[in-house]
Amino acid sequence: MNEILELLEKNSRITTEQMAVMLEMSETELKATIAKFEEDGIILGYNTTINWDLTDKEVVTALIEVKVTPQRGEGFDRVAERIYRFEEVHDCYLMSGGFDLTVIVEGKTMKEVALFVAEKLAPLESVVSTGTHFVLKKYKDKGIVFEKTAKEVKEGLFL
Amino acid sequence: MKKIEDFILPSIREMPPSGIRKYFDMINEMQDVISLGVGEPDFVTPWNICEAGIFSLEKGQTSYSSNAGFIELRRAISDYLNRRFEMKYDAENEILVTVGGSEAIDIALRAIVGKGDEVIIPEPSFVAYTGCTLMTGATPVPIPLQEKNSFKLTVEELEAAFTPNTKLIILGFPNNPTGAIMTREELAPIANFLKDKDVIVISDEIYAELTYSGKHASITSFPEMRDKTIMVSGFSKAFAMTGWRIGYVCANPILTDAMKKIHQYALMCSPTISQKAAIEAMNNGQLEVKKMTREYNRRRRLMIDGFRKAGLTCFEPLGAFYVFANVSGTGLTSEEFCDRLLIEHKVLMIPGEAFGESGRGFARATYATSYENIIEACKRIKNFTDSLRRG
Repeated sequence: MNEILELLEKNSRITTEQMAVMLEMSETELKATIAKFEEDGIILGYNTTINWDLTDKEVVTALIEVKVTPQRGEGFDRVAERIYRFEEVHDCYLMSGGFDLTVIVEGKTMKEVALFVAEKLAPLESVVSTGTHFVLKKYKDKGIVFEKTAKEVKEGLFL
Repeated sequence: MKKIEDFILPSIREMPPSGIRKYFDMINEMQDVISLGVGEPDFVTPWNICEAGIFSLEKGQTSYSSNAGFIELRRAISDYLNRRFEMKYDAENEILVTVGGSEAIDIALRAIVGKGDEVIIPEPSFVAYTGCTLMTGATPVPIPLQEKNSFKLTVEELEAAFTPNTKLIILGFPNNPTGAIMTREELAPIANFLKDKDVIVISDEIYAELTYSGKHASITSFPEMRDKTIMVSGFSKAFAMTGWRIGYVCANPILTDAMKKIHQYALMCSPTISQKAAIEAMNNGQLEVKKMTREYNRRRRLMIDGFRKAGLTCFEPLGAFYVFANVSGTGLTSEEFCDRLLIEHKVLMIPGEAFGESGRGFARATYATSYENIIEACKRIKNFTDSLRRG
């Protein structure tokens, strides 16, 4: 079953017809399994990895280390929710170590991200401190390397 | 005065396979070709293995190793073979690290056969078997394997090819180009026939990890055959290490010693950077191999399905990374099929006769390429076969 998930995680555009052949199962059974994964919240969505740098869209990404005060009875979950509900927040993880939450924020400009931190994030009551780090270059995202290596023409006989 | 070409030995001048060179020259000139031609993994060597090579350079390990290879590597190979395939070879005197499986085949042949000897080669097969045999002056005796037997060798076929001059037999399973495998039950009658014959076997098991049904079986697992078999393997296929040029050969100490003599004069030792990387491959490479094998298996099914939908009959290959499709139903010869497929539809497959006469009527495709390539190639092949049917 994990094989289905691994395949979809790598390429969600793969058709159920092709996948059924690869996994030697019937397409009906496969479709039912995937539907069940969706229903159970195991599959949450189907994303595309885009290298925005090659488009004319301006995007800046920042990784923000956030220290918070956990709330009685709700731990970190309630604070995290108050943070991840913002549209600007792309990802939000609870961390071990020197700070509590990693918040990944996307914006059009550095100023926009900085304002979000200053005006929305930092003033939250349970937020103790923030540290903002801007991403300068993405090398690899979700297992995909951004820079393609050129293919070399081989001369010779390799059989 | 002699012309320069007159100096070339006739045996070299006439050496096959020259006919398929044209395809590789052609695709270099063409755009948007999907090559299913080269028998090479499309994976990059797992990074932990590359890292071990890099680290060895950083430490300045750039001198020769002992002729047989680093003992640490030979021990790692010995452990790996025991762990994976229950083969027992002594690291000290039964394992020789070579420059790829190809060198292993070459030195095995050169150590055993020469003029007047016959070498039985079940075909279709890897092209180096015949090429290297010819270079020793020995005579290759092909056995044309049958599609109806799933390209497995039968004892009847072997018996019919056997003569008093037979000195060596080359078995290559899982097979390039057919993808055929042989189970232990299928090898048993072969072993039984050979056990009291004066003959040596080269068993090329470089695709052993890439077995998709059951467990890889080796002729060396028959006790009477163990000491008269030279087992050849390497890192290129399973560990995606083709460019590192590293393989090994295992045999009883007397045979190993003979091969080592040739190896030490011709090559001294295998590249040490590759040897260091290979140690990592043996000790910590299994997880990646498993991942790649599973991936090949999915691609295998995808390609067979695509070919069958295109109207090509193909028996189910259970090893290596090739599909050997029967193209005779198209009404074209395999060469015409491959020529037109490449020129009109931009997909490269290799005509089966490149791997021996009995491959005529077939074409080899490798599925060591991405899903996208396989799907697109199958689509193009279907367009081609559809157009042929319409006439």
